[in-house]
Amino acid sequence: MLNYILRRLGAGLLLLAVVTAVTFWIFYVLPKWAGVTPRGMAAMYVGKAPTPEALDATVERLGLDQPVIVQFFDFIRSLVFGDQFQFGRETVECAAPCLGYSFSTNSPVLEQLLARLPITASLAFGAAVIWLIGGVAVGVLSAVKKGSLFDRLAMSTALVGVSLPIYFTGLLALAFVVHGWKILPVPRYEPLTENPGAWFTALLLPWITLAFLHAAQYARQTRAGMLEVLGEDYIRTARAKGLSERKVIFKHALRPALTPILTIFGLDLGLVLGGAILTERVFSLKGVGAYAIEAIIGKDLPVVLGVTLLGAVFIVVCNLIVDLLYPLVDPRVRIAA
Amino acid sequence: MRKRTLGFVALGAAASIFLSACGGGDTGETGGDTAAAGYDAGSTQIVNPSDQAGGTLRYAIQSDFDSTDPGDTYYGFSWNFSRYYARTLLAFTPAPAEASTELTTDLAAGMPEPNEDFTEWTIKIQEGLKYEDGSEITAQDIKYAIARSNYNGGELPNGPRYFESSLDQEPFNVYEVDDPMATFTAVETPDDYTLVFHLKESFSEFPYILTQPQTAPVPEEADRGALYRENVLSSGPYKFDGAYEPGVKLDLVRNEHWDAATDPTRPALPDEVTVEIGVEQNEIDQRLVNGEIDVDLSGVGVGPAMKSQMIQDLETYENNLDNPLSGALRFVNIHTPVLDTACRQAIAYAADRDSLHRAWGGDTGGDLATNLLPPTIPGSDPESNLYPSEDNKGDLEAAQAKLEECGEPDGFETNIAVREGREPDIATAESLQESLKRVGIELEIKTFPAEDFFAQYAGSQDYVRENNIGLSVSGWIPDWASGYGFGYKITSGDAIQETGNYNTSELDDPEVNALWDQALTTEDPDERADIYGQIDTLVMEQAAILPVVFDRAMFYRPDNLTNVYYTSSYAMYDFMALGVDQG
Repeated sequence: MLNYILRRLGAGLLLLAVVTAVTFWIFYVLPKWAGVTPRGMAAMYVGKAPTPEALDATVERLGLDQPVIVQFFDFIRSLVFGDQFQFGRETVECAAPCLGYSFSTNSPVLEQLLARLPITASLAFGAAVIWLIGGVAVGVLSAVKKGSLFDRLAMSTALVGVSLPIYFTGLLALAFVVHGWKILPVPRYEPLTENPGAWFTALLLPWITLAFLHAAQYARQTRAGMLEVLGEDYIRTARAKGLSERKVIFKHALRPALTPILTIFGLDLGLVLGGAILTERVFSLKGVGAYAIEAIIGKDLPVVLGVTLLGAVFIVVCNLIVDLLYPLVDPRVRIAA
Repeated sequence: MRKRTLGFVALGAAASIFLSACGGGDTGETGGDTAAAGYDAGSTQIVNPSDQAGGTLRYAIQSDFDSTDPGDTYYGFSWNFSRYYARTLLAFTPAPAEASTELTTDLAAGMPEPNEDFTEWTIKIQEGLKYEDGSEITAQDIKYAIARSNYNGGELPNGPRYFESSLDQEPFNVYEVDDPMATFTAVETPDDYTLVFHLKESFSEFPYILTQPQTAPVPEEADRGALYRENVLSSGPYKFDGAYEPGVKLDLVRNEHWDAATDPTRPALPDEVTVEIGVEQNEIDQRLVNGEIDVDLSGVGVGPAMKSQMIQDLETYENNLDNPLSGALRFVNIHTPVLDTACRQAIAYAADRDSLHRAWGGDTGGDLATNLLPPTIPGSDPESNLYPSEDNKGDLEAAQAKLEECGEPDGFETNIAVREGREPDIATAESLQESLKRVGIELEIKTFPAEDFFAQYAGSQDYVRENNIGLSVSGWIPDWASGYGFGYKITSGDAIQETGNYNTSELDDPEVNALWDQALTTEDPDERADIYGQIDTLVMEQAAILPVVFDRAMFYRPDNLTNVYYTSSYAMYDFMALGVDQG
């Protein structure tokens, strides 16, 4: 078992290295192919109408003229061993894992990520609970009452949910619930530990909006999975030996149907933890996703790398947890040690 | 007073009726007057005048400061806002509209004195001024602030470099030399309250540079390079309340060591000032209308969604709207290395200006422009039009004649560069594409990432030549409201750069260049304005720039906001004047 976990973590580390390398490559090599000079890149980090001297100074400060491979290993080195940065006449220690300082705001990337993580985590876990419970419940009900009015209504709502983008549902929700009917106050995030009430009201709409999109998928998946399982021979056997319908559905049908759901849940949760860009943007939540989008627009490499790595870490970890959970959900699954 | 107020309300209402036709109520009244809220009242007058102190003034913004460090910022709103915590040598007069472009003193005890040929300027600061920690502000601190903001080896990359380009100083890096103050010889401090600036060349508009936030004092020992922005040592009426959190917030509270008697330009009414960063534009506009925030910090007005909603439902919103000129010119560069003069003039004749105007949202979007200098700038003559045509639809015959003159009687093909995602810019290019087709000029529209537009594409000499980029859609906001502050960087041959080139048409006309030089040795602002007018005409003759519109912004002015007025100097509300009505 431990061996299995270690192997998976090792593979995860390799994945992180690949993700970092690819991000570097996109950031440095693609512009080079398009004919962008180091000075051209530096121009993105200085004010309007910079002098050539200012550009050169920026090239040097950010190391933009170094070969990609050198910059890549510099990054890995400071990640593993930490680094030092020079600001004015001050030398600042950046302890491992050092993700460096933002090109545009000069704030430490790791610190910023950790400060924003609680917001994204609050959003992700809250929404995940809603979409998992809501989606699965609706899916099961739809499968059991296949062809009923409820089934058709639920599935068409799900179709709408899957097809509507968050910036549409989110803006609509804000316009009516907050600004129109004033049912909820203007959302201003506060940490759960400081003001649970404000935390809840600020996140309620984002949760529902984000969950709506995912719940729709989960409902459809669960329904399809349930229908397939309900047609299996052993279900007929279970019914034949006189089990109650409730037991048949929840004990015999739902558990195997949940396995694929759990897999996508792991991936989805990992993705959202790495930053729910659209939801955070629409609801002005200053989470990891909002940080990511600002960085991408501003071509702030250290931040882009930091956010990408964090996202990859979550996906690796969530995947691992899900794999470890499999045997609990479906006793037929055994982890090969 | 009462009478005027009533009269104004009536005028405002009348103006709004004709809004779609004439684009806003020019009341004809002059600055300094006050008025009740009405359509466009804040563009020319002080709305809700009040001296009631207290309360919290709440700002919000979608993007972020380029930096909160006064030595490292180039955003207009940031210059306006930084005055809360950073006092500068000189300031703009706190008054509505054009009256605000006049200079006045801030830290200074009097206006700077030039020598005969404007190469040496002497200025004295008031004695007894204090930072937030109670220590005294000295001339040396201002000298150091100028040094760190202009000679820093890229550590503080955002701000302009007017001092670097005008001071008679060998380049150095304030963070690398042993004694920055001794190395920085172009600025002398004969005593703790006097600064003497030595310039390379005559520069009659040097006092404008002294209004810039880079002249806000920074003691050498307080400087933390790029980290200074986290907690700026305040010289103004407010100080940071905890560190600035990039992308999240900045809170200010009163600075007890600030002395109102030394500072006539800041009423400093609110007790607290908060900035919420990273709020979606739609959300900002909604909150503004619902009274959940007081000011949109970006100072560019409401977003497109809210603007169209407001225009459709003017009756509801009109008393809270201002529609002043933003000070910006939207224009199309016609690149001189790609197209010769007669070809450029053909474009100027063939362009359908009426259609271009509509591309910018018609009358609420801006005023149709036929000259270079915005009407807010002395020397501008918005009536002049070297390429007139019936209903501004373009003069095809004249265009044809010019095409023959440049040897392309059947027209030609070229490319027009546009910034990605900027709808009005793209609409401008499309309009031009349509109207130039009428004389056989075929334009292909090429879009480029906005953030690299000048660094790598339209502003790169090589790229423009290699890719036959004949035109580019651009916009310009002056660094200060004078002909020089507006036009030098986009029309002077000396301002041409290999990359990041804002004189994108690469106009290098000896006559224009000579006039810029002449302006810089002319003391009288009126004479200078006259020179700027001549430059305007020459640039139009050369058809290096095709003016499109003088932008108008749509500002929403909440009822509880006091002392609201638009200043031409920052092209937005005067943040320093604002207060909140606490009922």
